[in-house]
Amino acid sequence: MATASHAHHDDHHDHKPGFVSRWFFSTNHKDIGTLYIIFSLVAAVVGIGISLLMRLELMYPGMQIFSDGQMWNAYISAHGLIMVFFVVMPALIGGFGNWFVPIMIGAPDMAFPRMNNISFWLLVPAFMLLAASLFVGEGPGAGWTIYPPLSDSTFHSSPAMDLALFSLHLAGASSIMGAANFITTIFNMRAPGMTLHKMPLFVWSMLVTAFLLLLAVPVLAGAITMLITDRNFGTSFFRPEGGGDPVLFQHLFWFFGHPEVYIMILPGFGIISHVISTFSRKPVFGYLGMAYAMVAIGFVGFIVWAHHMYTSGMDVDTRAYFMAATMVIAVPTGVKIFSWIATMWGGSIKMDTPMLFAVGFIFLFTVGGVTGVVLANAGIDQILHNTYYVVAHFHYVLSLGAVFSIYAGFYYWIGKMCGRQYPETLGKIHFWMTFIGVNLTFFPMHFSGNQGMPRRYPDYPDAFWGWNFVASIGSFISVASFIFFFYIVWVTMRSGTKIAANPWGEGATTLEWQVASPPPFHTFEEIPRLR
Amino acid sequence: MKVFMAKRRAFGLGRLVAGLAVLAVGLVLSVPTLADSMIGAPAAWGMGLQPSGGIIKERISSFNTMVFAIITVITIFVLILLAYCVWRFSAARNPVPSTTSHHTGLEIAWTVIPVLILIVIAIPSFRLLYFQDRAVDADMTITVQGRQWYWNYTYVDQGNFNFDSYPIQEADLKPGQIFKLDVDNQLVIPVGANIRVLTTGHDVIHSFFVPALGIQKYTIPGRTLETWMRADRPGIFYGQCNQICGTNHWFMPIAVRAVPRAEFDTWVADAQKRFAQADGSAPVIAAAPASQDSLQIAEARR
Repeated sequence: MATASHAHHDDHHDHKPGFVSRWFFSTNHKDIGTLYIIFSLVAAVVGIGISLLMRLELMYPGMQIFSDGQMWNAYISAHGLIMVFFVVMPALIGGFGNWFVPIMIGAPDMAFPRMNNISFWLLVPAFMLLAASLFVGEGPGAGWTIYPPLSDSTFHSSPAMDLALFSLHLAGASSIMGAANFITTIFNMRAPGMTLHKMPLFVWSMLVTAFLLLLAVPVLAGAITMLITDRNFGTSFFRPEGGGDPVLFQHLFWFFGHPEVYIMILPGFGIISHVISTFSRKPVFGYLGMAYAMVAIGFVGFIVWAHHMYTSGMDVDTRAYFMAATMVIAVPTGVKIFSWIATMWGGSIKMDTPMLFAVGFIFLFTVGGVTGVVLANAGIDQILHNTYYVVAHFHYVLSLGAVFSIYAGFYYWIGKMCGRQYPETLGKIHFWMTFIGVNLTFFPMHFSGNQGMPRRYPDYPDAFWGWNFVASIGSFISVASFIFFFYIVWVTMRSGTKIAANPWGEGATTLEWQVASPPPFHTFEEIPRLR
Repeated sequence: MKVFMAKRRAFGLGRLVAGLAVLAVGLVLSVPTLADSMIGAPAAWGMGLQPSGGIIKERISSFNTMVFAIITVITIFVLILLAYCVWRFSAARNPVPSTTSHHTGLEIAWTVIPVLILIVIAIPSFRLLYFQDRAVDADMTITVQGRQWYWNYTYVDQGNFNFDSYPIQEADLKPGQIFKLDVDNQLVIPVGANIRVLTTGHDVIHSFFVPALGIQKYTIPGRTLETWMRADRPGIFYGQCNQICGTNHWFMPIAVRAVPRAEFDTWVADAQKRFAQADGSAPVIAAAPASQDSLQIAEARR
């Protein structure tokens, strides 16, 4: 789509700062992106480790691993919060976003490099606070949704919940600053000739994501601030005995929470578009439709929040509205799915590892999407709400959707980021291990949910054993594939083949493929001009 | 274990179609039988929804079957398209890619057709939603209160007696009782009666959830919510608390026993004596004005 008129660089002028100033006081978008990716991998070890403990506990009826329900509740809450705030978001937004948005739009760096740095460094204490909360008092055992009154001081009296809430505050501040940075960068720092309608779809996805973050996260910040003052300073925003309303928290939480799920998946949409186009050697089908489908998803994502609250006692007409609005989201999502397939149609497809993950993403996201349509119906949701069917649904769109897009992006860009290509055969093995593992883990959860197994249960009636056992076996394969992924990273760093600027051929048209692999410390010697 | 191995192989292939097909069979098999007394509980290796104990769940099931058929067709359609593309347009088979990147007709089609499908789903879905909302002609009212970690039920129309319903510890199980589902005092209801269920909160939020009767509602402190249920055949219908509520969230089951009217009346006469003696004071729920307000609101909305 775009070519740089001047992609030549000179290594002799590629001055890098010393270790401490490069990695701790960094103002370079590529270095900060690398930090985010490393952070996300570290957090993923913790988050996936907890999920392994959970599957070990659920492998058989009875209490195996966890001492009691409260400890279990604390760990599942931590699993959810870690995966959302410290794995998926840092990888997609902080990692790939920081690395490639400035390069793709031909900008020398992000608009606010120092703010970029503090965005990252706020995540580290945030993660430490959340991890610490598990070891204080009874732990933050109210689920990642932290509904009061359970999260209130009456039922969670130790400082563990306050630590978790403060962790969310820091992570939220980090996200808001990151979002402001992306919006400013994308609006003001595009190279001459790059109009909004010529921007690569990954940049479009980051623009929409940044707007969602900017509008949604402050609502969460407000809600948890009210929760903190309820807990510590005697207010009664959510305490019924003081005239407050627990359901108000649910509204505020999901006004943030629903856009949040699109925040996690939209950057993935962007990555998948690039990968599909590159490996089909075809431009993305229906570019404008793809871009505005994301805008539509982002907009509608703000007006469907109460479909998480069908059993909270809302008026039936209100439920009817949220049901209708929710089903509307299937339309732009369908546009994206079919446009990806149309991009492949007539192409010249090479099934390298990134493409495997991208095609896997399309299928698994479709599965997660159609179960979302089932859940959108308040009538059915009456008996599926909070069951394992919901767990299966959101793991299909997130654990299989967002995570597959992270892997697709990783294999697609690792050569660009470190200058060394991953081993193709190992990558393919990794894909199949992951694909089999996660499907074996999460597909049976549809059955448990249909049968009425509630989520957040450390122990269950014997009838639920079968599918839980299968899911646990699947999780062992998934964890093995994750460990195998680290081996691939190690092999790539140590002995990956050095690659040229564009290893993918003519299908890779965006600006990052015009600069060297890895790009010089200052990406562009001159501002690229686009024809 | 044999069954398990077979299932696992099916998924090991990663071909979810097989799983979906099995699930479809499971759904068909879950259609309620005409037996006199039924058990509404999860079944080992069950895949579809639980059997239906009443009209609400029956309507949910039939609507779910329709939606399930639609989503299965869509998923398989996408899978076939993907597989065809990967096979037909591989670099080996199709070395020169086409340059087509727009097709207005196609783009309109894949916008409009999903809209039509959604309308097909939405119409019965709205009908179901409004049907489930509240009993049009309630025969009686029961107040349900979730507490950490047991249930309290009040029979408003039978003299306002109320009692607690605790799970049975493993050591105290009688033969035939199901661990983690059976309770000491079941919620007894007459078969065929439209029962207005008012849920109220006590400490934290719980959720009154009985899948086989198609009912679920949160019990929220400071609020009274209304829903309804009806058992159309005698039997025991099990449920579990379905909103995280603390350390024993997993151990506060629900057991609803539907009995013929005459048997219900006998039970009520006995229960009035039993639970009045257990606690001499006035029933707790009777004092809560919210219940009465809700009743009036429900009347007014009719």
